[in-house]
Amino acid sequence: MTGLSIENISMRFDIPNGGSVQALEDVSLHLKEGELMSVLGPSGCGKTTLLNIVAGFLAPTGGQIVLNGHNVTGPDAERGMVFQQGALFEWMDVRDNVSFGPRMKGQKEAQWGEHVDHLLDVTGLADFKDKAIYELSGGMQQRVALARCLANDPDVILMDEPLGALDALTREKMQGLVLKLWKETGKTIVLITHSVEEAILLGERLIVMAPRPGRIHKEYQLPFADMGVNADLREVKHADGYNQTREEILEMIWDMEEEIMGRTEAAQ
Amino acid sequence: MTGLFILFVYIAIFVISSLAVKFFVHRTTKDYTSLKTVTFGDESTVRPNRIASVISVATVFLIWGSFTGSAWVPGFTHAPAPFAGETAFTYTLEGPDGARDDAVVHVRVFDFGDDVANFEVDPGVGLARDDAVTMTASRSATILFDKNDEVDRKAGAKVVAIDGVEIGPDAPIRTDAGRFALTAKGAISFAPPRGLQMEPIWLPPPEAVVKRFIDISRNGFRNYLLHEHLGISLFRVIAGFFLGALVGIPLGYAMGLSDWFRGWFDPIVEFMRPVPPLALIPLMIIWFGIGEVSKIILLFLAALWIMAIAARSGVSGVNITKIHAAYSLGAKKHQIMSHVIVPNSLPEIFTGARVAMGVCWGTVVAAELVAAENGIGMMIMAASKFQQTDIVLMGIIVIGIVGFGIDILVRKAESVLVPWKGRS
Repeated sequence: MTGLSIENISMRFDIPNGGSVQALEDVSLHLKEGELMSVLGPSGCGKTTLLNIVAGFLAPTGGQIVLNGHNVTGPDAERGMVFQQGALFEWMDVRDNVSFGPRMKGQKEAQWGEHVDHLLDVTGLADFKDKAIYELSGGMQQRVALARCLANDPDVILMDEPLGALDALTREKMQGLVLKLWKETGKTIVLITHSVEEAILLGERLIVMAPRPGRIHKEYQLPFADMGVNADLREVKHADGYNQTREEILEMIWDMEEEIMGRTEAAQ
Repeated sequence: MTGLFILFVYIAIFVISSLAVKFFVHRTTKDYTSLKTVTFGDESTVRPNRIASVISVATVFLIWGSFTGSAWVPGFTHAPAPFAGETAFTYTLEGPDGARDDAVVHVRVFDFGDDVANFEVDPGVGLARDDAVTMTASRSATILFDKNDEVDRKAGAKVVAIDGVEIGPDAPIRTDAGRFALTAKGAISFAPPRGLQMEPIWLPPPEAVVKRFIDISRNGFRNYLLHEHLGISLFRVIAGFFLGALVGIPLGYAMGLSDWFRGWFDPIVEFMRPVPPLALIPLMIIWFGIGEVSKIILLFLAALWIMAIAARSGVSGVNITKIHAAYSLGAKKHQIMSHVIVPNSLPEIFTGARVAMGVCWGTVVAAELVAAENGIGMMIMAASKFQQTDIVLMGIIVIGIVGFGIDILVRKAESVLVPWKGRS
């Protein structure tokens, strides 16, 4: 079976002063190849934990991750990851960062050179390929992170709030870039975000998670990502159903946050 | 007194030059900083005023020169020099019978370093007779005036006045010629005016230091030329630091990557780190003697802990997302080590290297002060035993310049090799 299966994942953390926290409980879903799924949820709902389990950085206390028919036991180049920030290697220039994956596989430049240069072109980094990382703006750095991930040709791309640290304008441009790259490469993408707008605009499929224990609360199939591939993202925001979906999800998350606050107050 | 006076002069130059520069020199560069309207409290607007730096260094040399009577600073800036040359005073002798007579003491005061040549005067006649005395500037002399007098102190004669001013055993006096006192046995103790200048034995003038610099560069000191003393000290520092880094950096990496290594070496490193290397010198001498081995092992120990701790914090300082990113890009453990952990720890290691080089340089000088056959520290220690203050000063200046140079070199290397330091 192709695609990414998250099967009955549970995660329980022991905390130092005794007791434990149920971060995830029985989370299951399946992503078809080439699907773009965005994940939303209030803080503490286990989004990042789930992503780290899929990436292989954490071993779940229950359940399993299956990618294209085999079990995930640790990090691997087949599952690329884009972090919020701080994951680039400052001691390498832009091109060396982007070609890191192929070089670690022992490939010669003849094998990766063309692909990497193409990615630098697509992400608008062609003129910056010899620059040092610390010379780039935050948006440029995230372009490098995207290109670096794609250069490795992973089956799944996991994005942990990749645009979270960017300003609103840059963020909008980058959202367009993510859609463009998704369409062009046909990768399976899991995108974690705090921004409801971003989740709706980019997610073909959108899941809202609920906290304590972390679980899937609601799931949407949305048309906006497909629209965004061909149209301006600003116009997509005026499409039918956009505002309605946004309000609905916002209210859902607000309610969850309020519930958490109430429970904490009651506990005190 | 002289010290307070020098401090006052120093503060005066500081204030006056500051006002003068503010008044006469206008800021000509127009950059972003100079357009700021709020500057007090904004640290970014404080750049060192280079005019102040130049005046500061010039002031040190000026004060040094003027209080040592240096030929390199104009004569009018000289502080009053100690009296040298010929002087004379008259003493009044009272015999046991109450008879009084005056006689003149001719004094020749010689400059430091000049040969003292005795001279004679015609003693004349009478109860008291004239004397000739020689002495060195800034010193006091006990004058046995009665050797040629008709009645001496044993016979009951005593001095009652100098230059007409009455003097007693407990009543020293001051005249134009200098300070006079009577010793317990009644001899005259005479000190000509000392001025405000330092004696070369305390503080030689700058030219003497430069002369020594040239002299020791050409002719050597204790069988070694200056650059050989300096070279051997630098060799010890570099050898000790290199060995310390060679062992300390891998040790720090191991402590950063393995719980067993960290557990094993934590108590040792944490115990050795606060022990000043100077405290190890006696042990090193007992174990290894005073030769090269003992010095290099001492410096090795001085550098080892610093480098180990720097490498350890370089490893633990690596952002975990970088490690995760590298793993998810398919890097193996050894590739993570060589492509992520090592380069990521370089800035910390360079910071450690700067500290370690400074500590090593200080420690080598101290070790040579204690016991050595050569080296810049041995040079100043040996010179101090013979009051060769000019060599001591020259050595201190050379040590300072070399230490500063080492720091600049490491900083330059840092900006070339780890340009991303502090910018990620």
